[in-house]
Amino acid sequence: MQVLLADASARHPAAKGNVPDALRHVSLKVQSGEQVAIIGPSGAGKTTLLQLTACALKPTTGSLQLGDVDPWGLPIRALQKLRAKLFLAPQVPPLPPRQRVVTAVLAGLLPQMGIWASLRSLFYPTHIETADAALARFDLADKLFERVDRLSGGERQRVGLARILASNAQLLLVDEPLSALDPARSEQAIKALTDTAAERGATLVATLHHVDMALRSFPRIIGMRDGQLVFDLPAAQVSPKHLHDLYAQHLHELDGPSVAADHVPDAPSLPAVMHCR
Amino acid sequence: MQTVTSRNPIRDPAWMGRLFWLLAGTVLLWPVLVLTEFKVWTLFEASNLKPTLKFLGDFFPPKIEGEFLLLVAKETWRTVAIATAGIALALVLAVPLALLSVRVLSVSALTGKMNKLPAVLRTLLRWVMVLLRSVPELIWALIFVRVVGLGPTAGVIAIALTYGGMLGKVYAEILESGDAQVTQSLLRNGAGRLQAFFYGLLPQNAAELTSYSVYRWECAIRSSAVLGFVGAGGLGQQMDASMKMFNGSEVATMLIVFMLLVWLADATSAWLRKELG
Amino acid sequence: MSPRKMPPPLFDARCKACWFVFGLVCLTVASFWTLDLKWAQFFSLDAAGRMGKFVGEMLVPETSSKFLAKLGWAALETLAMSALGTGLAVIFGLALAVPASKTHHDDPAQWRGMTRAVLNMLRSIPELVWAALLLISAGLGPLAGTLALALHTSGVLGRLFAESIENAGAGPAFALRCRGISEAKIFWYATLPQILPQLASYTLYRWENNIRAAAVLGVVGAGGLGQMLAFHMGLFQMGETGSILLAMLVLVALVDALSYASRRWMSV
Repeated sequence: MQVLLADASARHPAAKGNVPDALRHVSLKVQSGEQVAIIGPSGAGKTTLLQLTACALKPTTGSLQLGDVDPWGLPIRALQKLRAKLFLAPQVPPLPPRQRVVTAVLAGLLPQMGIWASLRSLFYPTHIETADAALARFDLADKLFERVDRLSGGERQRVGLARILASNAQLLLVDEPLSALDPARSEQAIKALTDTAAERGATLVATLHHVDMALRSFPRIIGMRDGQLVFDLPAAQVSPKHLHDLYAQHLHELDGPSVAADHVPDAPSLPAVMHCR
Repeated sequence: MQTVTSRNPIRDPAWMGRLFWLLAGTVLLWPVLVLTEFKVWTLFEASNLKPTLKFLGDFFPPKIEGEFLLLVAKETWRTVAIATAGIALALVLAVPLALLSVRVLSVSALTGKMNKLPAVLRTLLRWVMVLLRSVPELIWALIFVRVVGLGPTAGVIAIALTYGGMLGKVYAEILESGDAQVTQSLLRNGAGRLQAFFYGLLPQNAAELTSYSVYRWECAIRSSAVLGFVGAGGLGQQMDASMKMFNGSEVATMLIVFMLLVWLADATSAWLRKELG
Repeated sequence: MSPRKMPPPLFDARCKACWFVFGLVCLTVASFWTLDLKWAQFFSLDAAGRMGKFVGEMLVPETSSKFLAKLGWAALETLAMSALGTGLAVIFGLALAVPASKTHHDDPAQWRGMTRAVLNMLRSIPELVWAALLLISAGLGPLAGTLALALHTSGVLGRLFAESIENAGAGPAFALRCRGISEAKIFWYATLPQILPQLASYTLYRWENNIRAAAVLGVVGAGGLGQMLAFHMGLFQMGETGSILLAMLVLVALVDALSYASRRWMSV
């Protein structure tokens, strides 16, 4: 699916009035089937860009086009159908703690399943083989029936990525897929993502902190800083000076992840119950 | 990278457990339905449906004749009065029980382990409170109606006994939970136990004690309405009388008044708890 | 030496809450004044004698096998009433909790106000009052009791479930919503798995309450131990009454133990 952003700006719904937009006048064109990495210091607006592209945020200026269609001009039903074709993988793996890995991965197939099929699948998972194949590419096939909260942070992150493989989305928007992974697993994960995108002819847009990994695995690199695009170059043309200017005052972030995906959101505590008995 | 060749179809290991619980639930459901005579369809039989619909139909409009409203107002006041008097007596019961059963006022425990007799006394008093709490107030009311006759006395005593046990237990918990240092230093310096309470424990915990008591008062209002059904006077007794005469409009008025009363008491106690905060 | 804090004064004319407590004291005095309390009758020798007689007879519980059999059935009936009533309340409560909650930031939740009002109404009316009302449709017997428990507990659980839904973590639901997945599927795949332990805890807590309620509901004719109790007490058969009270205590202890065991098993 082709992505076209023309002079688009976006702000978070919860942002206060005087805070500048998280994304400012960004223009970007990604051809169908391309693989792009977005790098930049934290606070650059990378996540906002992905959310805007995923139609989770409305642009405050400019326009967004996905596959030659303006999603915000579509009726709701058509918009939902369009959304089924894209996949946004947030930085913190969106997995309910007590759910089993097989169900969490098979949630990637939900847009294609009817309500009754999806309820049946909760009781006995349909398409177990799909989940198994997806997990196998991350060496997690043995965790198929484990509970998500019994996995380590890195394993949870890979399960979140396995959901992408299980789905059949055509636009993959991945936010910091490697923050909790060691170098070997990072290689495996990036390879799985890029191979999958190539096999399906899907467009892949990933934000990364691991700059050298980005330069090695992606043909096109976009640098962002303070809500704006700084450069948009083929990987071979990105020089150390580009990186230095991009990460000025944030040089410590050039090598490592800023947020570990180790954090499992705590189960919300029971609200205090005062009853007459 | 391993590829998944066709192998035996993967089975979900949780399948057996889920099937077992489903069957067990179904098997248990049958006797439960029989024991509770759960023949819901009888509600819709002509002989039951007609009086039901007529009764419900009488709800609109609720009876708002002046004389009747005056009666309802009087009974509402009686309900509140029974609850208030009951709680007041419960306090008379609960405060000594709590004071006598807290360890923090124990003189012998100041210098090591509590002596035998005080320990036994305290345990005994806790059991008394458990007994008072465990018997539902309705049962107390049933007994006392046969001792003192119909009317508010039975209700007041029933509430006093049950809530006395409840309040006593919670007061003891509140008193034990705070910092014991102030109280114990008073005791060590020769203050009497009651003095230690008034100068140490009470100021420390006054807010929490009051807040909980007011909350219980709100519960007592509901209890007092319910006790009316066994002859303890108030709104409940009037509702019982009207229901036995199938007078839907009177019942509707009283239900509305009762819900308003509960809402008012709820709001009051919430406000007070916030003020004491 | 650090300055020691003086205890706050007990009554402060500027403090609103103090005035309110003063008002409560006035209310209490007025209550005692206006109620026609028969203290003389309560503390009379006659009453004491009667109480003594009751208690004396109750301490010799009736244990004939015929009576014990009836008692056993009544206890099972009460247990079944509490279990089925709570079970039905879970279903209705959850069904009402979904429209009564605002699941995400842009959720219009147009039914929230009305559903919450319905839940409040169900909650405010005590179980006994529901039972008395339902006797008109369902007649005497445990059906009225079961439905009364179900209705009241639906209100309680519905409100608690709605709060759980609103407090559930937003991450999993957000990721699914981005893909255009319907709210129904999001509920089953993202919200419910997160709140299930809380729902179970609330349900067990209400079951503990409902067994006590079921035991006494019968007093108005809704079956179970309560109906037996009212019957025998009406005939002043205190021996039987004592047995029934014992059975009630045993039943309550049993359900409390089952509930405790379930909580332990679930938290493993």
